[in-house]
Amino acid sequence: MKINEVPQDPKNFKEGENLRKLMYAVDKDGKYTGVNSAGWEAENFAMKQAWDEVEQELAETETKVKAGELSPLAYFMQKTLMDVPLLAKYVGKWEWQVKRHMKPSVFQTLKPETLQKYATIFNITVDELTGFGK
Amino acid sequence: MGTEFKHYQHAHCESGVTANLLRHDGINITEPMAFGIGAGMFFGHLPFVKVNGTPGSTFRTWPGAIFKRVMNRLGVEMHTERFRSPEKAMQALDAVLAQGRPVGILCSVYYLPFMPEAFRFHFNAHNTVIYGKEGDEYLVSDPILEDVARIKYDDLVKARFAKGTPEPRGFMYYIKNTPANIDYEKAIKAGIKQTSWFMLSPPLPWFGNSAIFLLANRIKKYPQTLPPRKAALYLGNVIRMQEEIGTGGAGFRFLHAAFLQEAGEMLKRDDLLRFSEELTAIGDDWRNFAYHAARIMKARQSDLVSYDELSGLLRICGEKEKDFFKRMDKIKW
Repeated sequence: MKINEVPQDPKNFKEGENLRKLMYAVDKDGKYTGVNSAGWEAENFAMKQAWDEVEQELAETETKVKAGELSPLAYFMQKTLMDVPLLAKYVGKWEWQVKRHMKPSVFQTLKPETLQKYATIFNITVDELTGFGK
Repeated sequence: MGTEFKHYQHAHCESGVTANLLRHDGINITEPMAFGIGAGMFFGHLPFVKVNGTPGSTFRTWPGAIFKRVMNRLGVEMHTERFRSPEKAMQALDAVLAQGRPVGILCSVYYLPFMPEAFRFHFNAHNTVIYGKEGDEYLVSDPILEDVARIKYDDLVKARFAKGTPEPRGFMYYIKNTPANIDYEKAIKAGIKQTSWFMLSPPLPWFGNSAIFLLANRIKKYPQTLPPRKAALYLGNVIRMQEEIGTGGAGFRFLHAAFLQEAGEMLKRDDLLRFSEELTAIGDDWRNFAYHAARIMKARQSDLVSYDELSGLLRICGEKEKDFFKRMDKIKW
């Protein structure tokens, strides 16, 4: 890649424009040098796509929580970009237990300590956790 | 607590941290040099290891390897440590900072508030330097950022003890002693040999050069085996791994080419300079592949022809690199 080919397409979402990455490119004498890049259309698109997917799934889950099909746990798990295996590791439980807690009926029977554990992981209060979607 | 630490921005986190730590101790080394000596370039595609639901690809060697190899090859004495408890890990960090030493740490990007939100996924293999402490805040030199930053104690604990794969478990590393004389020629030779070996030798289809063809074959079948949305996501993930994760573009090819050029100049070897030019051209092919992948994703096409063409572009990268590394492997030293 030549210096004049180093892409300068800002990300313009989620503060992505604040990071001007260093790239290595060759100057007119063929010598490598570091050049700042605002971003590249292709990678911006791939990143935007990944975030759009996150947001789309989150919206779908929110609807299910409000309809009483899933517990608020499912929503906050996705909001913090986690999946069941990762959340299970954070909370120190088996995956099947976390999956069970996604059922609204089971979620309602959870002990205050367990709720507190989840709330801490999500960086919210227990009220915010249990009150979501009501 | 704080040290006089000079921050330089780099393309990739681990080679950047390695170069920054070495420079602090008076060893004047560039990032490409650290990357090449540490044999950072690699390729792997693991269709059965799902990362956030998409097959995992990697364009670099495993975390920690670059730093370790560079230190060994330059004869620098270093210290590495993992911890069971966050308290112990933070105490150990404070103790080293109190001696005026900057410390490299492994952490999760998700818990680094100074990073733009766009980059904050649960990626646990990020490297950064902590070079001082002021009150409740630690001073951070993150090699992929233009400027230094700060992080609060609690956030740093979360970042150092993130869960998932790999678990950093408070991993930290710092330089203890530097040698009086460094044999760069020997280190460069070892780095070049190891990179070629890693790219060519693994007899498994998921690693090295053969994995490029594995990925090419998979991409060809995406429109047949996956719904359009999934196919686009899988492609997007390949591009993100290639361009996004601190590589500064084209999956580390330009970084390695910059290394070959510097090595060629240092050792006065024209063959290395020619190899560098060649790898730059291959890097451009990878960029071309990413560019076309993004176009397919954007157009939301999922016709067989476009995926076929894309697979073909990737095969070209694979063929050229196979030939490239075969010849590199035979260099006479």
